[in-house]
Amino acid sequence: MGTKTGHLGPTVYRSTDRGRTWQEAKQPPAFRKAAEGEEVRNVERVLWLTPGHASEPGVWYAGTSPAGLFRSTDAGNTWQPVAGFNDHPLRKQWVGFGTPDGEFLHSILIDPRDARHIYIGISIGGVFESTDAGKNWTPLNRGVAADFMPDKNAEFGHDPHCVALHPLQPDRLYHQNHCGLYRIDRPSNEWQRIGNNMPKKIGDIGFPVVLHPHDPDTAWVFPMDGTTVWPRTSVGGKPAVYRTRNAGKRWQRLDKGLPRSQAWFTVLRQAMCADASKKPGVYFGTTGGEVWGSTNEGDVWKCLAQHLPEIYAVTVAV
Amino acid sequence: MSCIVNIASPLRSYVSGAASVSAQGGTLAEVLADLETRFPGMRFRMIDEQGRIRQHIRLFVNTRPVDDLTAKVATGDTVHLICALSGG
Repeated sequence: MGTKTGHLGPTVYRSTDRGRTWQEAKQPPAFRKAAEGEEVRNVERVLWLTPGHASEPGVWYAGTSPAGLFRSTDAGNTWQPVAGFNDHPLRKQWVGFGTPDGEFLHSILIDPRDARHIYIGISIGGVFESTDAGKNWTPLNRGVAADFMPDKNAEFGHDPHCVALHPLQPDRLYHQNHCGLYRIDRPSNEWQRIGNNMPKKIGDIGFPVVLHPHDPDTAWVFPMDGTTVWPRTSVGGKPAVYRTRNAGKRWQRLDKGLPRSQAWFTVLRQAMCADASKKPGVYFGTTGGEVWGSTNEGDVWKCLAQHLPEIYAVTVAV
Repeated sequence: MSCIVNIASPLRSYVSGAASVSAQGGTLAEVLADLETRFPGMRFRMIDEQGRIRQHIRLFVNTRPVDDLTAKVATGDTVHLICALSGG
């Protein structure tokens, strides 16, 4: 768990007993000390924590703001910078844009076939790929819109909100971006805008994209209002999850059980997930402190908790 | 040299809830290093990886605000670790 209170610097806590007790990392993620004349950076927040490849027990990766990639080989107790990204000669260009809260690195995805093959997403910066365990990186943004950029065919500078790789079909990635919803099937280097198949009045803007654990063709998204000033609330105050069963060719609205009107939900990039059941449960949390869940793949929703603080992340333990 | 360190409430989880502890050191940097040895993790919450005092942390030696970790600390001084009132 990455933490940062208002006044104190960022750190990481670990629990090995399902959250009953927590221990602070001995050496949290931190950039290396800057040499004379170098850009001076310090980690402001740790936003993303993901375990490494199954063949590397104890390996974890962390993503931070400002955009930094860190690695632990002792289950998160001590962290080292991944120099191949953090000190990449093009890094400053890649991440130079920032979001209102500063740019940050998320969606660290490890290819289950190859521990050296890693994808990352950076808001703002784009999707990047490494095939040598993080030593070198290449932008992977062709086909992705960047409506806010003067160069519509920019190689980087895009704003991925959430990228997900399917463990059973690791050449397939889904990608919810600031400018649309995409899928790529490698070795293609071009994303396809599957959000074009969403109803026009709903659009294809949101933060999370959640994959079905057993079916690479099924995914869920939570569309939000991305017009003009980007309010990022459920479209028209009528929250709905959308599900595809065919890799984004068609989308089905799932709003049974959700409020019918005047419900302005915002669901953040890590605040939606599915469990591993044969017929998976799907869950999301709102910035208004509600948790909603469905035990039937999103067909019917029920409010599971209310009156919580702003929800940043929802995850399941089964 | 021995001084008293007053601990802001957000940092007290590192010192078993104490409002103040004693520490050794002739400079603020040495005092913080002594605290880090005894209360691991505490320093990084106040000082970033480049050695800078974090934006919302203020350090005082007695009543004097200090923004340089080389500032001297004498026996009997009181060091205050303060979370600045930077919110509403």
